Amino acid sequence: MTKNPVVVYDLRETTPLGLADFINECDRRLTEGERLLSLFGRNGGEGETAVAVTAVFVTESDGLSVLRGVAKKGDAYPALTLKHPSAHIYERELWEQTGVLPGGHPWLKPVRFEGARQQRMDDYPFFAVRGREVHEVGVGPIHAGVIEPGHFRFMCHGETVHHLEIQLGYQHRGVEKLLLQRPPKNLTPTVESICGDSCIAYAWSYLAALEALSGTPAGFETDVLRGIALEMERIAIHVATLNGLATDIAFVQGTGSYGRLRTAVINASQRVSGNRFGRGWLRPWRTKGLTDALRQDVRQTLADFAVDLRRMNDLMCSALSVKARFKGSGVVSTQAARDLGLLGVAARASGVAIDARSELPGRLYERAPMGSVVESSGDCWARMLVRMREIDTSLEWLFRVLDDSTLDLSGGTAAPVGADLRLAPEQLCVSVVEGVRGQVLLALETEADGALRHVKVQDPSLANWFGLALAVRDNGISDFPICNKSFDLSYCGNDL
Amino acid sequence: MKAVLSATHWAFVLLMPILMIGVINRVKSWWAARKGPRLIQFAYDLRRLLGKRTVISDTATPLFRAGAYIVLLAGFFAAAMAPMLGRFAPLQFSHDFIVVAYTMGLARIALMLSAMDVGSSFEGMGTAREASFSAFAEPALFLLIGTAGVATGMTSFADLIGALRETQHYAVIAAPLVVALLILLQAEAARVPVDDPLTHLELTMIHEVMILDHSGPELAAMQYAAAMKMVLYAGLIAALLNPFDPFASPAAAAAVSLALILAVAVVVGCIESLTARLPMHWVPRYLLIASAAALASMAVIGIGASV
Repeated sequence: MTKNPVVVYDLRETTPLGLADFINECDRRLTEGERLLSLFGRNGGEGETAVAVTAVFVTESDGLSVLRGVAKKGDAYPALTLKHPSAHIYERELWEQTGVLPGGHPWLKPVRFEGARQQRMDDYPFFAVRGREVHEVGVGPIHAGVIEPGHFRFMCHGETVHHLEIQLGYQHRGVEKLLLQRPPKNLTPTVESICGDSCIAYAWSYLAALEALSGTPAGFETDVLRGIALEMERIAIHVATLNGLATDIAFVQGTGSYGRLRTAVINASQRVSGNRFGRGWLRPWRTKGLTDALRQDVRQTLADFAVDLRRMNDLMCSALSVKARFKGSGVVSTQAARDLGLLGVAARASGVAIDARSELPGRLYERAPMGSVVESSGDCWARMLVRMREIDTSLEWLFRVLDDSTLDLSGGTAAPVGADLRLAPEQLCVSVVEGVRGQVLLALETEADGALRHVKVQDPSLANWFGLALAVRDNGISDFPICNKSFDLSYCGNDL
Repeated sequence: MKAVLSATHWAFVLLMPILMIGVINRVKSWWAARKGPRLIQFAYDLRRLLGKRTVISDTATPLFRAGAYIVLLAGFFAAAMAPMLGRFAPLQFSHDFIVVAYTMGLARIALMLSAMDVGSSFEGMGTAREASFSAFAEPALFLLIGTAGVATGMTSFADLIGALRETQHYAVIAAPLVVALLILLQAEAARVPVDDPLTHLELTMIHEVMILDHSGPELAAMQYAAAMKMVLYAGLIAALLNPFDPFASPAAAAAVSLALILAVAVVVGCIESLTARLPMHWVPRYLLIASAAALASMAVIGIGASV
């Protein structure tokens, strides 16, 4: 059976569990070894106190599964986090967005200070480490350079960081509300801009859900083209991260070369899609295709890129000074990564082999399998290596697909006849795409008339930020920038 | 003759900071396959800063602004006694090397106090690093001066360095002393692999974070003083290696010193291009290499004298 990265759950067919049963069932599944992909809530309509809670799990045998429960605002339950720490960030978000209280949660801090809490951001009591020689260093929310807002508060003894508290949520964009204000078929441009360096992953995740809800899936060639777009995005952003890593340790050769190499890839994306980040590349049922000339062009660009990249990677990996900085810095153990539910690159660098492309291959990766890269040391070096090796894996996959003459990628995959965007009523669709940082999860819920009732957006950064906080413990504060860059998490993916 | 040499010395002190920074950045650009900024870009940067208004933190005292100018003036005073063209300095007197060392110490104290004056946690952190790392750099300087003193039997800084090449073991000790001076240069002038003058990451900075709150003319003074300190150390290397006597053949001595200082800039640029920055806790070990090199030279002199 093909395990699909998309699952549609008919809300009319099952009755949601009560809160206590829902939590017991979650606990049972997690104890049995299912992995929690997401846990979120949705407020009922205007003036209602009902809250719909949803948990998404993945199992090795059955793939994605959804559990639905119902609660009331203000209801309390014993927090899952106490037994299953990977739920900690989802329970915080659930509490912040719906008012359902995970009792006994060890650190019930607002995730992004939404709504009424926005004004209380200023007097949030930070975690304090006490001691005569402990000093605090606060960085941000405004930073040097052009990065997004975020506050990092270090509690140090001399140069050693004992604790880092990361405060995000300064952007207040209201993404999930915004997505309900336009008709679903026009939403793709908005979805593409949720997290600007993961346009393709978000767009694909959204479109896969949309197409599943409409009952007319896109053609196989469309999936292949989307896969090509996704891997080109992954390569470009991974190279940008490598560039950042080189810059942060003042390794001049990397700084120049990785920047140039990234440009080659994103310019190829532009030639295909009209945009360097691939905006407008993916649309419902169609994806800008590769004419024979373009296919040859992309193939050649990537082949040239691969040669130069290998030389640059060899330089970076063989420099002793680079090893001195990255090896042993910012270690996250396999146990910690699994407990915290880290995702994507951060998890794979700590020996946790989770990758939606191999766990939930769907028809695309079933036919053109994608290898998954795992390193075990969990330090900055491992996160760098995972990125380098993932680029190689992506290139190898791209060459395989681009050279497959049985695939017609010329973009002849127009919208299927008769397909329009009338979504099936009372459905919940969860869609997962392995983006640059890890799984991008979107959940769409429809009303009785097929309109969107709720859109849940979950970036892998949400779970991974805490991994960064853990990684810098007992490291020198001067190594924070390389730890941060080696995770390379998204601020806006967190600050919806 | 002394007037001509003094004029040349001061021309070096005033202009070489700009040229050295230019050459280093050009070399780094070449390694990164880039065209790089103009050679005298640093001069344009200074002019831009001089035209700017100073922004001062509410918590700063007058010490904050004064610090920048004390650093600059102390730099000039030290440069007057440090040889650059060979065995010559405009200001020379017995045991002036102690004045040189502690004039630079005064500049460091002024820099550290003006950094702490604004009360920022960043600058306190940078100051702590500066204080602890300079404690590892200072022994190297004094061991080096001591070696030169024992070898030459002279007492003024310019004579110590400039006359070293006439001593018996020069061929053996020249290389370790140049290594020691080069490491001191990297530490004192905040260059890679000790520090990174180009980084925007406050948490990793040493020198740059201490001048984070400076702006306008004060920032220009701080940056110029830092570059001058680099020229001072490069000038010591030049004076140590320069085969010409500045009094006998001033033009040749000046030309060779110029070439040597620029060569130091090229070497610094190449090191910065080919290695990443050291982890912070390795910096003391790296600085100890300078002390070890100076100590080895001293041992050579000692053993040589007793044989």
